[in-house]
Amino acid sequence: MPLDTTARSSVQGAAQIEMSHVFKRFDNGTLALQDMDLTIRQGEFVSLLGPSGCGKSTALRMISGLLAPSSGQITVNGHAPGKGVQGGDVSFVFQEPTLMPWATVFDNVYLPLKLRGLGRKQAEAQVTEALEMVGLAKFGGSYPRELSGGMKMRVSIARAMVTKPKLLLMDEPFAALDEMTRFKLNNDVLNLWRRNGLTVIFVTHSVFESVYLSSRVVVMAPRPGRVVHDMALPDATTRDEHYRTTPEYAETCRLVSDALEGTMDDVDLNH
Amino acid sequence: MSTSTTDPVTMAPQAAPVSEDPALRAARRERRMRILMPSLALLAALGLWEFLVRYNEIPHYLIPAPSLILETLWKDGPSLLSSAWFTVKLTLLSLGLAIIGGVALGMVFALSRTIEMSLFPFAVILQVTPVVAIAPLILIYVDSTFAALLICAWIVAFFPILSNTAIGMRSADHNLRDLFTLYGATKWQRLRYLLIPSALPYFMAALKIAGGLALIGAVVAEFVAGTAGQNTGLASRILESSFRNEIPRMFAALLLVSMLGILIFLATSWLSRAVLGHWHESEIKRQG
Repeated sequence: MPLDTTARSSVQGAAQIEMSHVFKRFDNGTLALQDMDLTIRQGEFVSLLGPSGCGKSTALRMISGLLAPSSGQITVNGHAPGKGVQGGDVSFVFQEPTLMPWATVFDNVYLPLKLRGLGRKQAEAQVTEALEMVGLAKFGGSYPRELSGGMKMRVSIARAMVTKPKLLLMDEPFAALDEMTRFKLNNDVLNLWRRNGLTVIFVTHSVFESVYLSSRVVVMAPRPGRVVHDMALPDATTRDEHYRTTPEYAETCRLVSDALEGTMDDVDLNH
Repeated sequence: MSTSTTDPVTMAPQAAPVSEDPALRAARRERRMRILMPSLALLAALGLWEFLVRYNEIPHYLIPAPSLILETLWKDGPSLLSSAWFTVKLTLLSLGLAIIGGVALGMVFALSRTIEMSLFPFAVILQVTPVVAIAPLILIYVDSTFAALLICAWIVAFFPILSNTAIGMRSADHNLRDLFTLYGATKWQRLRYLLIPSALPYFMAALKIAGGLALIGAVVAEFVAGTAGQNTGLASRILESSFRNEIPRMFAALLLVSMLGILIFLATSWLSRAVLGHWHESEIKRQG
């Protein structure tokens, strides 16, 4: 199966995120990201894939506006990151569930709406809908400590989805979960993406995960962090659990692995 | 006599539900023992004390028997209780002011590094200088003895609340902070919904310490002041009894001070459980 490594994507939409000549140097002198160019269109599911230290999380945080680039330009929907949007148009899912332990599941999911000034009663329908979306409608009254790791992560996703974002940023959200839970949540995220027509940027260090989920994989290399491959993947909208066992999946994984392999040459594996 | 009156355990407010679960029964037994055993041990110790004093005919001006202490407590009750009330007022007022001052300044510290850097040394100086050493100065400068005592007790109780509030507010999860930034939270929303709840467990820990410290501060300050007259607390009564060699009354006053400390401890512990019980690790009861 030929992989088109130059095409942007099979999904055609307006450019939503544009990064041009983006550099990020941290205060300690580390060059976290070197000359990154990336255009992401509305409706794409893009994985940023690479070993630790390749700047993938840094790129994600800069797109969210949490981190400013040292030089270069980033625009999200034509604005500087974090600007010109209502809080919640861009949602972020962290590696940890990042829930407030003192608040119930309902109140955790309600938080983004509360910060917008929406009353509890007015928000109830939206919060319930978001909880239903991740299959936790019955757990609104529970506290985070009463939930399993996978359930906590689903609460975190419900919180990200409650504002109906146009852009969902996920920073290795399932890295700490067991494989079965991860597969399940992978499908949840795929369904959310298909149903809601949002753009997803997904940071991961798992080849299998990125190939299963993405319409496009951006392979990054460390020291300094940079983009080395940009690969469009076919059939992103029709995959299901069955896809994991197809030869196409294995083949694509091999190709992406090879691309990733090239980046590992100068990685000291003793670290 | 019915058998129920011979049951020494009267702590359970309602009749035990019929349960066939042996684990539940064991848990209930354990709870009963936890109250019964210390009570019995205390009673035994008091009995031994009474016995030794009587058997050896120790004069009451050296060591009074528990019965005599109780008798003194009863006899001098009204005057001792008014002294206790003075100490309670002093303690609670200084604790209240320590909470207000400590929380307010702790929040300012957490929100502004510059102010913290500038003012923290003062807080440390207040904390490390023994209150006994500052008390005479304060008594010279402040006209009202009650106000002077209040300041002394406040100094002792203030610091743990200040430092724990500041640390607690800074302990808020950094991802949650980022989340609040992403959703464009205002400073007030961040304080109300993130920083204050994050600081609550730290504050509660400080409150337990400060409650005891306020009492210690109140008693120590009064010792230094050595106040005599109509408006005096338990510390003065202890001093006064010591001058007059009225040892049983000393013990009685001492007993009241301890009971006050225990009450404060129980109250702050209860409050901590009530506020944090449903979410924080420190107060959650584990099953099994």
